[in-house]
Amino acid sequence: MKIFLSNQGYLRNFKSFTESLDLSHPDRLEITTHDKWVTVHPANLVLAAALAIQVGKENTEIKGDVPDSGRYLDRMGLYGLIKTPSPFIYHKNEESGRFVPIKIIKTSEDQSRFITDMIPLLHLSEKNTTIVKYIIGELVRNVLEHSFAENGAIVAAQYYKKTNRVSIGICDTGIGLWKSLQNFWHPKNDISAIKLALTPGITGTTRREGGTAENAGAGLFFIKSIAKITRNYFVVYSGNAEYTLLKHKKRIKGMPRLYADPDRDLHNESDIAASFKGTLVAVDISLDETPGFNDLLASIGDVYDKAIRERKRSKYKVPKFI
Amino acid sequence: MKEIIKMREHIGDFAENKDVAKKLRIEKIMPALSNHNDVILDFKGVSGATQSFIHALISDPIRKLQDVAFNNLFYKNTNDDIREIISIVYRYMQESLGDIE
Repeated sequence: MKIFLSNQGYLRNFKSFTESLDLSHPDRLEITTHDKWVTVHPANLVLAAALAIQVGKENTEIKGDVPDSGRYLDRMGLYGLIKTPSPFIYHKNEESGRFVPIKIIKTSEDQSRFITDMIPLLHLSEKNTTIVKYIIGELVRNVLEHSFAENGAIVAAQYYKKTNRVSIGICDTGIGLWKSLQNFWHPKNDISAIKLALTPGITGTTRREGGTAENAGAGLFFIKSIAKITRNYFVVYSGNAEYTLLKHKKRIKGMPRLYADPDRDLHNESDIAASFKGTLVAVDISLDETPGFNDLLASIGDVYDKAIRERKRSKYKVPKFI
Repeated sequence: MKEIIKMREHIGDFAENKDVAKKLRIEKIMPALSNHNDVILDFKGVSGATQSFIHALISDPIRKLQDVAFNNLFYKNTNDDIREIISIVYRYMQESLGDIE
């Protein structure tokens, strides 16, 4: 497998990143970087980390010269997962950034500990901390519950001061969304599976509206909606498909309208991405654009209710007019 | 009879661990409601919760016990976020009552 970390590692470019991956020869992983400058989103990082963990440290290396900006890969913990030694020498206490390095979460206890201990590293306000805890809480739980990933959830996050934005990436090498939804929804391909997973009220555990005692099928829809309301990017990558929610334009005033159908959102999609056995979800949250969390939840909840009502109504018997 | 559950003692500052929600639901909430006792979920000291956590805590009582759950479940010391999430779960569970697989 080969991953190239470019100087354009933003979520808006994630589609081309997935199309550039070479995931053949799954027993070894080669990472290369842009020779002048490397920019990675936590999404790129957790994918590289998840694959490195899967093939093992001895079978993973970074090839070629890594520019000085590649120091970030070391700070985020990537060199700890590969056999190539880090060329960067610096004191750990020089780490002044606000980031959560790559972390592996395998149990719900790990998850609770992570949320308690790691999120404060981002030094956010109480309001913004709640959103980040919410997103990581939902996404990691999805992995633990539905992915059957031996290596758990791989998580990383970064706060960008200049844009006042938090970026989060979560990845697993489990069964992927298509397989996870097979029992009850039979998606025809990976892109259909991603769109089903983004639809409110769709869970891999039942077809019943309202879900089971443990699952409602709301998690990914809520996270996508948070990204849309805060006018940001949101990505899901699983199998050979990728869906990127595009930024809602700032010149359009008022709160962006939410849709139950992910096809109605402004988005990019691909079904020719390198076939990835697992699931990656990533999101950017612009903290300047974040309304009160309860207002945000209320808007999302309204769309969720409506979706259930409409789907339920579609099952009603109809009179037979002759 | 009243069953008072101090949520912070079980889930800490942020309610996201669905295993804990399931345990509370099975071991405390459902038995108390089934005996027509009141259940008070006290969120004092809890700053937030995920929708998944609240769903795992109360959706089954609503689906199975309906009016008993609506009449006997009480929520105390909820902040605006938690109140909103509980309200969302109430709304969509009532929308979906009676649906079959």
